[in-house]
Amino acid sequence: YIHIINKADMAASKGLKILVGCKRVIDYAVKVRVKPDRSGVVTEGVKHSMNPFDEIAVEEAVRMKEKKLAGEAVAISVGPPQSQETLRTALAMGIDRAIHVEIPLAQLEKLQPIHVSKLLAKVCESEKPDLVILGKQAIDDDCNQTGQMLAALLDWPQATFASKIEPSQDSKQLRVTREVDGGLETIDVSVPAVVTSDLRLNEPRYATLPNIMKAKKKPLAKMSPDQLGVDLQPRQEVISVEDPPVRKAGAKVESVEDLVGKLREKGLVK
Amino acid sequence: MLNGVLKSVQLVGSASRARLCSAPTELVGGISFKLSEEQQSLQELARKFTADEILPVAAQYDVSGEYPWPVIRKAHSLGLMNLSLPKWLGGLELGVFDECLATEEFSFGCSGIQTAILGNGLGASPLLMFGTKEQQKEYLGRLIDEPLMCAYAVTEPGAGSDVAGIKTTAVRKGDDWVINGQKMWITNGGVANWYFVLARSDPDPKTPAGKAFTGFVVDRDTPGVNPGRKEDNLGQRASDTRGITFEDVVVPAKNVLGTPGMGFKIAMGAFDKTRAPVGAGAVGIAKRALHEATQYAMQRKTMGVPIAQHQAVAFLLADMAIGLETARLAVWRAAYEADCGRRNTYYASVAKAFASDVANKSASDAVQVFGGNGYNKEYPVEKLMRDAKIFQIYEGTSQIQRLIISRELLAAAMSVKS
Repeated sequence: YIHIINKADMAASKGLKILVGCKRVIDYAVKVRVKPDRSGVVTEGVKHSMNPFDEIAVEEAVRMKEKKLAGEAVAISVGPPQSQETLRTALAMGIDRAIHVEIPLAQLEKLQPIHVSKLLAKVCESEKPDLVILGKQAIDDDCNQTGQMLAALLDWPQATFASKIEPSQDSKQLRVTREVDGGLETIDVSVPAVVTSDLRLNEPRYATLPNIMKAKKKPLAKMSPDQLGVDLQPRQEVISVEDPPVRKAGAKVESVEDLVGKLREKGLVK
Repeated sequence: MLNGVLKSVQLVGSASRARLCSAPTELVGGISFKLSEEQQSLQELARKFTADEILPVAAQYDVSGEYPWPVIRKAHSLGLMNLSLPKWLGGLELGVFDECLATEEFSFGCSGIQTAILGNGLGASPLLMFGTKEQQKEYLGRLIDEPLMCAYAVTEPGAGSDVAGIKTTAVRKGDDWVINGQKMWITNGGVANWYFVLARSDPDPKTPAGKAFTGFVVDRDTPGVNPGRKEDNLGQRASDTRGITFEDVVVPAKNVLGTPGMGFKIAMGAFDKTRAPVGAGAVGIAKRALHEATQYAMQRKTMGVPIAQHQAVAFLLADMAIGLETARLAVWRAAYEADCGRRNTYYASVAKAFASDVANKSASDAVQVFGGNGYNKEYPVEKLMRDAKIFQIYEGTSQIQRLIISRELLAAAMSVKS
């Protein structure tokens, strides 16, 4: 069930309006194979699902709705026609409506975070969310860029690698706990803001069967990059994609003396 | 996995099940093998649930024989139980086909737990088909509100295949009925909140079966209802099977299903809806057997190569695949016929008979592929052999299925002018 948005949807009368990004990626359990021509990985006929960090983002948005911190949650996906399935999953988890920015197949492989963040920024101009939650990175490209780029384009504050989101002390801002190399960092950000989800933010729920059935009736709008006025010209060229080198066998040693001796032999220790 | 190239069945049928006959894609002539989006979602949810909730605990329940309440509660909370209950009761009103999709997935994880989860289907069937709105609201409504179980109590120590030979009596006493007798091998017998009970209401031995029995809904807590001990069975050990004694159990007239004397028809009618899902359970075992055997054959080495490269082993896998693909399609055809509103007895019996044989052979061959390891409880396939056997026995033995099939085909043959 698809319709085109021709007027701004009514924002909920109370609570934050949240926009959640969902990317359709190769399922985490699949053994990824490189194409024989080394131009990329095999995607045809391979199981795809929602990026796990995006599932966490969707779950957080739904929980904020349940806690009445948020009023409306909208899911958005930039991708091929099949991204609709990803959006239906988000709807089944409790998101109110979805937006699909459809990318033609020819441009799909060359799509990069810079393009996606520009598309999202354009959608933010019309949707005017208070909070954008994205997965911290996608498990196919591991870029970890879209959230940061989006915040820069919108000139909004960003809180990346979030492991907790709650209202600040004075309830006027969001207090976000971030996972950083040294431990946990807690910051207050004013809204509107961009937050990216990290692993420990929450554990996503199963969509129940009744909600999966109901999701079919929730609105899903389609948009094109042209409509949004974003140029998808690639900035990078993939030269080749290869398997990581096969791990060489190690050798077992009997004692610490043996180990030091072997390290000396290889000139790794003086 | 070999089922990665599976084509799925899309139902194209009468307007009476318009939901299932929504615009199909991949139509070739009049036939499509593609699952609808909703069916795919159901299958995915059931598959995910099986991987996360059933597979990790199946072995432990098989050893302890404990009833898998935590799994049941989780399935119930996700809407994965009682799939066919009507919308006006709060159910999803899904068809037999959808039931088969879910059953196959659960059974892949553990057919014992699957029998427990979907055992409600058999108990509920008589009420769905012949119950009044009040009866449905009272007894089926309960199943939706809470993770309660029900059971289908027909078989007795002295009568399994010979349903007409059951000896439990129901005697009219004023407005009530008094039931006396002994039931046996009742799935969910010890955990059910209520039972569908078949009893002989006409003591005259000359009365034909079609008039001599009555079906009742009996609350578990009615005085005189005594479930026996949980039976220690070969397989599907997580499922609860018991004997139940009915001693002067008083049942009000409002708990009679249909009318007195209609019981036999009600009891038999239930099977047309449940045989295909039982077949789907057998398909789940076959799929698991093939999966485990394939994984093992790719790892285990003999004569310097993975055993999958020895044709004798590869051919065992191929035969499992042949069985799996065809059994699944037979189950789907039977489910399709039921959902199109047609009497599916012939197809249901074919599916159940064939799938149960396939499950048994596949499980046995999986043990064979595992060799000595397969015979041992540290590996998952001996359980499949133990679980598979019951599929040739319950819900109508393989012999009874062949009786039904031969009668149906001969009746069809005799109705054609030669």
